[in-house]
Amino acid sequence: MQDNLLKIKGLRTYFFTRKGIVKAVDGVDIEAKRGKFTALVGESGCGKSVTGLSIMGLIPSSIGKIVDGEIIFEDKDLTKLSYKEMADLRGRDISMIFQEPMTSLNPVLTIGRQVGEPLRIHSSLSSEEIQERVLSILEMVGIPEPRSRLKSYPHQLSGGMRQRVMIAMAMICQPKLLIADEPTTALDVTIQAQILDLMLNLMKKINTSIILITHDLGVVAEVCDDVNVMYAGNIVEKGDVFKIFDKPSHPYTWGLLRSIPRVKNRSRVRRLYTIKGMVPSLLDPPLGCRFADRCDRASDICRKKEPPFNSIEEGHLVKCWLFA
Amino acid sequence: MEDALISTRNLTKIFPLSTGPLGRKKLFVHAVEDVNISIANRETLALVGESGCGKTTLGRLMLRLIEPTKGEVLFRGQDIFSLDGERMRSLRRNMQIIFQDPYASLDPRMRILDILAEPLKTHNKDMSKRDVVEKVRELLSVVGLQESAMSGFPHQFSGGQRQRIGIARALALNPEFVVCDEAVSALDVSIRAQILNLLMDLKERFNLTLLFITHDLSVVSFLSDRIGVMYLGKCVEIGPTAEIFEQPLHPYTLFLLSAVPIPDPHARDRAKLILKGDLPSPVNVPTGCRFHTRCPYLRDICISEEPQMQYVGNRGFACHFPLFK
Repeated sequence: MQDNLLKIKGLRTYFFTRKGIVKAVDGVDIEAKRGKFTALVGESGCGKSVTGLSIMGLIPSSIGKIVDGEIIFEDKDLTKLSYKEMADLRGRDISMIFQEPMTSLNPVLTIGRQVGEPLRIHSSLSSEEIQERVLSILEMVGIPEPRSRLKSYPHQLSGGMRQRVMIAMAMICQPKLLIADEPTTALDVTIQAQILDLMLNLMKKINTSIILITHDLGVVAEVCDDVNVMYAGNIVEKGDVFKIFDKPSHPYTWGLLRSIPRVKNRSRVRRLYTIKGMVPSLLDPPLGCRFADRCDRASDICRKKEPPFNSIEEGHLVKCWLFA
Repeated sequence: MEDALISTRNLTKIFPLSTGPLGRKKLFVHAVEDVNISIANRETLALVGESGCGKTTLGRLMLRLIEPTKGEVLFRGQDIFSLDGERMRSLRRNMQIIFQDPYASLDPRMRILDILAEPLKTHNKDMSKRDVVEKVRELLSVVGLQESAMSGFPHQFSGGQRQRIGIARALALNPEFVVCDEAVSALDVSIRAQILNLLMDLKERFNLTLLFITHDLSVVSFLSDRIGVMYLGKCVEIGPTAEIFEQPLHPYTLFLLSAVPIPDPHARDRAKLILKGDLPSPVNVPTGCRFHTRCPYLRDICISEEPQMQYVGNRGFACHFPLFK
């Protein structure tokens, strides 16, 4: 039984806007096991990025707040830490990388400077020692001729290289947990393959666990061990990746997998399966199951009461009345 | 190709970049170079490739949204670049485009009615207001939107709905040829399926010829009859979709296919070919075969001599050592 590096329980993150309260994450439980690649998958607006930001304590306090729940990292509840305590953890024990490396890297600082920053903050190493570590991590992430890159600026690098730089920056302190928010979405597919390969290698070399936030089920199937499917602020299905793909049980998961066109269209599908309707507003989420009005198999109870989680098989849970 | 609706001949677009304060050193972006492709009537050709391959530029050249450096685009046998303003404007009714970004391709200050009426009024100056409204109503219905959408503004609609409006706009003048420039890339998975189905329906209903530009190979398989693969401004392979997927002939195509994630964890242990290195700059294209800097099958001739497009049956490839079994 793997132990949980990160355990999120009952997380609720709300945004307080002029139009009302947006319940972006509304009661979410996630476990990220040590040494494993955990996926948080869903479409736009499901709350997956907000979950990642909540873990990192990066929800802008002027507009949002974690209103309930716990985020237990090793044995600390991150929601209860002070600003300083959280700042100590960030970059050192838990790191995050984002989708757009161009806007996440500082355009006016050199690569060498940025990649070394976490060490300058979290360690007492000398500048020479830091530079050595920077060169070492740049090499590990596959940047060719790292020494000549120390004085380069982000705009001089390609998208794939910038993403590698961001990964280097996130990994230089050898964090226990890396949160990757859509790290390959903006990259070409051949570069995506390189980056995913890199992430798998780093997991082994540095012994880091990864939480991958993505909308791409293909990427999840390629690299992830555990999957959490999110919809409208809730987790609707979770479990081992093979179990989820072999037996997608929640109508949303099932519908999503059915609607993806496959590269090898052997059966010459003429029309794709589609989930009718649209995601509900998170300003005023419906009572009961949030997927009910798009679900072919919804019944009365679905519209009235929120379904509980039920176990389909070991290591596979679904939040749906069909399985109660 | 005999019954090509539209084809390109040695189509080339090179963008100049000036550099330095004195502008002395002139650099050029080789966006598209000597491309020869044709699309038959009612066919869907997918144009695939990654950033900087030139597919978007090629799409725009084919609609004469930009002027070429060299070469021709023949629409029904006539070079569109030889047409004067009047005749080109008239031809445009027949050749339309659907853009990628549903949030940027609709004028935020125009109502949907006006957005859809614009092409109608531009090309039918005498159309009565009533006829315009009737046609707009019809267009909205064709793309699955309510009549009430007419009075709204773009920001009131979702990405998927806006894309439907973009499609309606493209169809307003009953074109024969439509370029879909990454038309579903910005949409969520479940909405993408809806829009793809819609495009299939419209393609059949209106006998459309499509150029579908995309980097997403899974979409290609569903929608297209043939694929053209582009790399650094060149077409490196072209042929029927199913055949290319079954047996790619150009090494780049092989890597491209291998990189596409398969939504099935049981497939994850398959032998994967990871392409090494980065894309060379289109300002400084490699000599000989442009793919030679990353090709594992590299031999001397690849560096010195550029491979020309050859055909074996309906399969086209530009490689000195194509991957025939």
